[in-house]
Amino acid sequence: MLEVINASKTFAKGTPNEHKALDHLNLSLKQGEFVTILGSNGAGKSTLFNAICGNFLLDEGSVILDGKNISYLPEHQRSASIGRLFQDPMKGTAPNLTIEENLALAYSKNTKGLFRFAITKKDREMFREALKRFDMGLEDRMATKIGLLSGGQRQVVTLLMSTIVTPKLLLLDEHTAALDPATAEKVMAITNDIVHERNLTTLMITHNMGQALTTGSRTIMLDSGAIIFDIKEEERKHMTVSDLLDMYSEKKKEEFDNDRILLS
Amino acid sequence: MTLLIGSLQLGFLYSIMVLGIYISFRILNIPDLTTEGSFTFGLAASSILTAAGHPLLGLVGALAAGALAGSVTGFLQTKLDIHPVLAGILTMSGLYSINLFVMGGASNVTLLNNDTIFTLCLKAFPFMSKDVAKLIVAVAAVVIVTVLLTIFFKTSLGLSIRATGDNADMVRASSINVDAVKMVALSISNACIAFCGGLIAQYQSFADINSGVGILVVGLASVIIGEAFFGHRSLMIGFISAIVGSIVYRYIIALATKSDMFPAYMLKLISAIIVTIALAVPAIKVKMANDRLKKNGMRESKGGR
Repeated sequence: MLEVINASKTFAKGTPNEHKALDHLNLSLKQGEFVTILGSNGAGKSTLFNAICGNFLLDEGSVILDGKNISYLPEHQRSASIGRLFQDPMKGTAPNLTIEENLALAYSKNTKGLFRFAITKKDREMFREALKRFDMGLEDRMATKIGLLSGGQRQVVTLLMSTIVTPKLLLLDEHTAALDPATAEKVMAITNDIVHERNLTTLMITHNMGQALTTGSRTIMLDSGAIIFDIKEEERKHMTVSDLLDMYSEKKKEEFDNDRILLS
Repeated sequence: MTLLIGSLQLGFLYSIMVLGIYISFRILNIPDLTTEGSFTFGLAASSILTAAGHPLLGLVGALAAGALAGSVTGFLQTKLDIHPVLAGILTMSGLYSINLFVMGGASNVTLLNNDTIFTLCLKAFPFMSKDVAKLIVAVAAVVIVTVLLTIFFKTSLGLSIRATGDNADMVRASSINVDAVKMVALSISNACIAFCGGLIAQYQSFADINSGVGILVVGLASVIIGEAFFGHRSLMIGFISAIVGSIVYRYIIALATKSDMFPAYMLKLISAIIVTIALAVPAIKVKMANDRLKKNGMRESKGGR
């Protein structure tokens, strides 16, 4: 479904601040695969998402989604088939618009025609049904401005917005990190439900190693803009957080040794 | 009496310009300085086309002129990435020459010997007084524009414009071309403003190259006065508040000039001061609240010692 081939991106090239954010990264996802992504700050996780979504063009390499090369498509065209959630619940919704207006905007991906009324009766019914299943009472507050909702509620609405038209790819960028533990758990449960039910191909960034191993079907770790390990199937089943940490320090030591050879 | 009804006429006519400013300033959240140029552009186009053809043609021309001016500013802002304020200033300056060109190099054009939409209305209903006929045209124009705008902002495109002013990233994530949306919004906003200019030219049977000077501040003042009555609420209320603001503004001006409080040339300064005060209110409120907290805190800490 998604293929990132040999992706490289260097920011501020040729200046003292030069930063290699993606370094010949390769990643391939099958339809319906749910992959969690680990990595320290600056490892290139969000940069990878930005590259897939088209916030910038890659220096090298390509992004293929569902057999189509999207490497040079503008951001708004890519977002027709990509849903994305950010850590900041404020980012995905327009605060001064009501819940139903926000949903209608996301739903307009599906309905061509700029001069069609934005919200029909049928749409409203569908939004109500969709909100009802979250059991947060949002279905009775459809005419409330989103800005008045709590972070968790906003994130749930954003989740619904990015999946209301089934995306080919769902990108979750630490979307529960800014929520309190109970809400985070609830949002995560809803996420899991939606992803499984619709068999969505999903990438999720997280800093919670336990969550990374228990959620989805595959875990990758990024470091310095490349994938340093890719754990799936049997290996993943028996993996614990401490195994993961051991693997990480092992890998880091290897690199360090290589550097020492180079420098000596 | 003339002053009363005259202000009402002007209030309604100028409210179309205020609606245009409401769209850019409040809905799209961009201070658009194209206004002064596009208002005169509409005025010029309307007067020339009215003189050469038909007053209705003049109004259509004014609409088209404004839409063109707005899309130029939009192009500068989005595709060339020029700061919104600067983009507006550039278009406005450029339009000064264009307007003179449209008016055949003359700094004013008179329509006294031509039919206008107002004289046509008077001819169609000869039993009405001149003032009533003018008022009816003004009110009809405002009602048509407001209804069309209200319907437009309920469509998908209209909703995209509102969302763009609120959170452009989210609009992009909904697979909508934000640049195109901004251009459309600025076109509509300036089409309203130029349409108003076109009506004013026919209303006073006269077009002057400097008619647009200070018009942006008049518009902003009207928007803000309207909001003082209605607050920030739904879009429909927003439009109505813009219209009421425009009318109240005209009465304030009429009252001030009538009572000889100050000479007519002070009007622009007064408008600027009204806008400044209105925009400063939130900051002053915060400052006052903080000062109060500080004062109470100091007193308590002294008392506790």
